[in-house]
Amino acid sequence: MTAAPEQIDVLDEAREQVLERGVGLTEAQVLKVLELPEDRVPELLALAHEVRERWCGPEVEVEGIVSLKTGGCPEDCHFCSQSGQFPSPVRSAWLDIPGLVRAARQTRDTGATEFCIVAAVRGPDKRLLSQVRDGIKAIRADGNDIQIACSLGMLTQEQVDELVAMGVHRYNHNLETARSHFPQVVTTHSWEERWDTLRMIRDAGMEVCCGGIIGMGETLAQRAEFAVQLAELEPDEVPLNFLIPNPGTPYENYPVVEGAEALRTVGAFRLALPRTILRFAGGRELTFGDLGAKQGMLGGINAIIVGNYLTNLGRPAQQDLDMLEELSMPIKALSQTL
Amino acid sequence: MTAVYCAFCGKEEADGDHAFCRQRLSMIDPPRYCPECARRMVVQVTPDGWTARCSRHGETASAR
Repeated sequence: MTAAPEQIDVLDEAREQVLERGVGLTEAQVLKVLELPEDRVPELLALAHEVRERWCGPEVEVEGIVSLKTGGCPEDCHFCSQSGQFPSPVRSAWLDIPGLVRAARQTRDTGATEFCIVAAVRGPDKRLLSQVRDGIKAIRADGNDIQIACSLGMLTQEQVDELVAMGVHRYNHNLETARSHFPQVVTTHSWEERWDTLRMIRDAGMEVCCGGIIGMGETLAQRAEFAVQLAELEPDEVPLNFLIPNPGTPYENYPVVEGAEALRTVGAFRLALPRTILRFAGGRELTFGDLGAKQGMLGGINAIIVGNYLTNLGRPAQQDLDMLEELSMPIKALSQTL
Repeated sequence: MTAVYCAFCGKEEADGDHAFCRQRLSMIDPPRYCPECARRMVVQVTPDGWTARCSRHGETASAR
């Protein structure tokens, strides 16, 4: 006799479906995982870690990021302190080329294989693309062979082609949240516009980096919806951020995501995305503290941003590198990414 | 230099409780307001530090 669907334990299903066959969970299954009671979270994380080891291997990909153009963005992403539409204390700033080269060198010195150049814009104009082009040339002239990624907002096909010609190997463009929740988060552009940019990136042969932020008022069902929408995109990397309620933004009084809930989310996203690079990104310091970061690394995460973020500070890079050593997790070498 | 203003919220240090501000500054935030005049500063965060420039009181940087 076959058990009724409601009687089948979702982690048993995941063991057979995700661990054994590499097939990500469906939206309904992800929701069941997100609703697991707290006493089952350790079991979830253990399974997510097994899935990560089985389908991604033991290596951890380390990345550094820097803001090339800070603040003054015309868009109204409600989580973002760089929007010019909110009374945030963040002022506009441009990083010059020597500063960009230094930032890339600092990142390379941590053993990172990825360096992401980020700008707070709707999309890049000629000046910004020119700055990126000159910056990449200068980074290479400095003898730095780190892989370069960019995050410059929405792109035209011509701009995608330009970035490919510059040697940008990965492009970050987050969908941020579930399609059904996006209009509550951003009103100046649509989820579909972001999706269009992502398809152009993929079609041009660049790696796709696309994730979002947990804790922006989405329901658990919308969190499950988001995980599956990301899986449909088949991104090479998914950065998972946890909301930092920044002053002046519409979300400044939102609560920080609790550690257990965040860990459950990490595990659920790994089971939805068994083969993807799943990266710890912004907000983990507030949400997890030191202990939780380890639990996340043992719960499906296989990549981290080390050092500082764009406008917020992270833990010192060495602290994360020491953590990886303590966990006996090897850092992915640059030779493996070329 | 005596900090008259909170570098996180820009209000007077003597005005109210800044425990939350201090927590944020110790964990994830660079200074945003000049502690001498409360002007918003131009802040650049880099992978291993930050610089903050006040148009009146000059630049400060994180210890690296």
